[in-house]
Amino acid sequence: MGNTVQNNNAPENALKPRKSISPAFRSKLITCGMVVALFIIVEILDGTGNMSNLFSGLLVPICYYVIAALSLNLVVGILGELSLGHGGFMCVGAYASAFFTIATQDIITDVWIRFPLAFLVGGLTAAIFGILIGIPVLRLKGDYLAIVTLAFGEIIKNVVTALYVGIDGNGVHFSTTSTDALNLAEDGKVIIKGALGITGIPKSSNVIVGFVLVMITLIVCLNIIDSRTGRAIMSIRDNRIAAESIGINVTKHKLFVFAISAFFAGLAGTLYSHNLSGLTANTNNFGYNMSITILVIVVLGGIGSMRGSVIAAIILTALPEMLRGFSEYRMLIYAVVLIVMMIVNNNPTIKAKLSMIAPKVLIAKFRNRKKNNVQKGAEG
Amino acid sequence: MALLEVKNLSISFGGLRAVDGLNLTLEKGMLYGLIGPNGAGKTTVFNMLTGVYKPTFGTFSLDGETLNGKKPAEINQAGIARTFQNIRLFKKLSVLDNVKSGMHNINKYSAFEAIFRLPRYYKAEKEMNEKAMELLSVFELEKEANTLADNLPYGKQRKLEIARALATNPKLLLLDEPAAGMNPSETQELMDTIRFVRDKFDMTVLLIEHDMHLVSGICEQVTVLNFGTELAKGVTKDVLNNPEVIKAYLGD
Repeated sequence: MGNTVQNNNAPENALKPRKSISPAFRSKLITCGMVVALFIIVEILDGTGNMSNLFSGLLVPICYYVIAALSLNLVVGILGELSLGHGGFMCVGAYASAFFTIATQDIITDVWIRFPLAFLVGGLTAAIFGILIGIPVLRLKGDYLAIVTLAFGEIIKNVVTALYVGIDGNGVHFSTTSTDALNLAEDGKVIIKGALGITGIPKSSNVIVGFVLVMITLIVCLNIIDSRTGRAIMSIRDNRIAAESIGINVTKHKLFVFAISAFFAGLAGTLYSHNLSGLTANTNNFGYNMSITILVIVVLGGIGSMRGSVIAAIILTALPEMLRGFSEYRMLIYAVVLIVMMIVNNNPTIKAKLSMIAPKVLIAKFRNRKKNNVQKGAEG
Repeated sequence: MALLEVKNLSISFGGLRAVDGLNLTLEKGMLYGLIGPNGAGKTTVFNMLTGVYKPTFGTFSLDGETLNGKKPAEINQAGIARTFQNIRLFKKLSVLDNVKSGMHNINKYSAFEAIFRLPRYYKAEKEMNEKAMELLSVFELEKEANTLADNLPYGKQRKLEIARALATNPKLLLLDEPAAGMNPSETQELMDTIRFVRDKFDMTVLLIEHDMHLVSGICEQVTVLNFGTELAKGVTKDVLNNPEVIKAYLGD
């Protein structure tokens, strides 16, 4: 369903007269159009059975990495603060939403109501954590902020691993020792089982849900950046003292970015947890590795560039799986790709060369030639 | 009633009394100079008037509203805007966006309205664009509206900083060495601009400057600071001929 709606939108936008489109709006259109086009290609490939199982299994991970990278880019690229705790916010979102889904499974049977609610729960819980962590942490700057957010991610992961939560007629029971310590009534069920995590989550995530969320995240991020709030945030990034001197409330805006960013990380976490039947928190998923992977995506895609984040998230999530054929050389190639991307991104000469083959330059050339031809024709 | 009333403003950093008992009264529409040798505490006065530093004691008020102890953002909203000695622009934003960010508290709409692109967003943005372009044309920057602030030449960066300060719709404009690094013809042009701004926007201006040509050219009154204390004050011409002042600048 998602793609028909988008299909209708795309030509409508394209039909608008060229003059009225501002450069900022055109850039947004290109980014969103790119995502829509990719989704349509993927749907066609999938529909015609041209996609391997390996790749179709990667689609949802690509979606949650795109969302996570976009939201981290708000903090790193737009606010200009280095946060290494993004995996922690995803973890909060994943657990909160999975808990909600299991707890309400018997009450709300319709997945079309329960799943959006799960996203809301995941996102809002993560946002609350974002604000709670943000209040003390945002007094710090640079490396110190990075260290504290890194620690936060680890703490969340470890706390969740030690947590036992059950539910019965009397409400929610917590324990940090064992399932028995929960003292559940006869009808109770244990939802979070310590290191075993949450099991039996219905696998509701799919590409369409992922795509819709990516689009929502993308549009919200782009709309925030191109607004009064976005300008305030970027002015804080560029010069905090000057931002204060023109009446911008620095703390409020920093907290806002942290909350929004955590909210979307929570959505990514929800997508993550509903893509697996069993959710656990360990070093391989929600640890520091996850936070670093997201940061690598943001940095390689270009700090502050939302389009770059989308592209980098797709490449870097798909790459390790695509390279499975190279077996032990896999990570070596991955590293080489990272280095090459980094060099290309930061080298003005290479960038200039690349922009020569960019479509917009070609179109401009084509137009000029056409204009020249017309002029020649007029002269002749 | 005077627009700006500064009474006995003082600040100490540890044992150092950087500014000691400064009194200033600025009437509306005045062009007032604050001069003095390097290290006299002029910028410290600006930093206190804009809330960057909290005065150790003393008060200052704008239009009868006491402002000491308030945060920089609150003071700006009360009506004091400033420029900086070392230019502080938002380098990665366009010239237009620099000015529009100055209108943060003038044309308001919520983040919610921005995310969902509600009508108020378009209305406010349109108003802001118009006002910002108008301001830029005053400073002859309208052609550079879409360049990054970082890519502007030095003189234009100084102008943009003034434009951004004016965008906050202040009652009082503080200029910290606006002519620093400018050549004589640029300085002359700047003097005309400052006078024009005062007349067009009905602005009161307090400026710090080392360029005596500029000070004697546009300031009606000046205060001379030396080692944090007031050395002389009054009509510009008299003060600049005061032997004490010349001694402070040139030594014995």
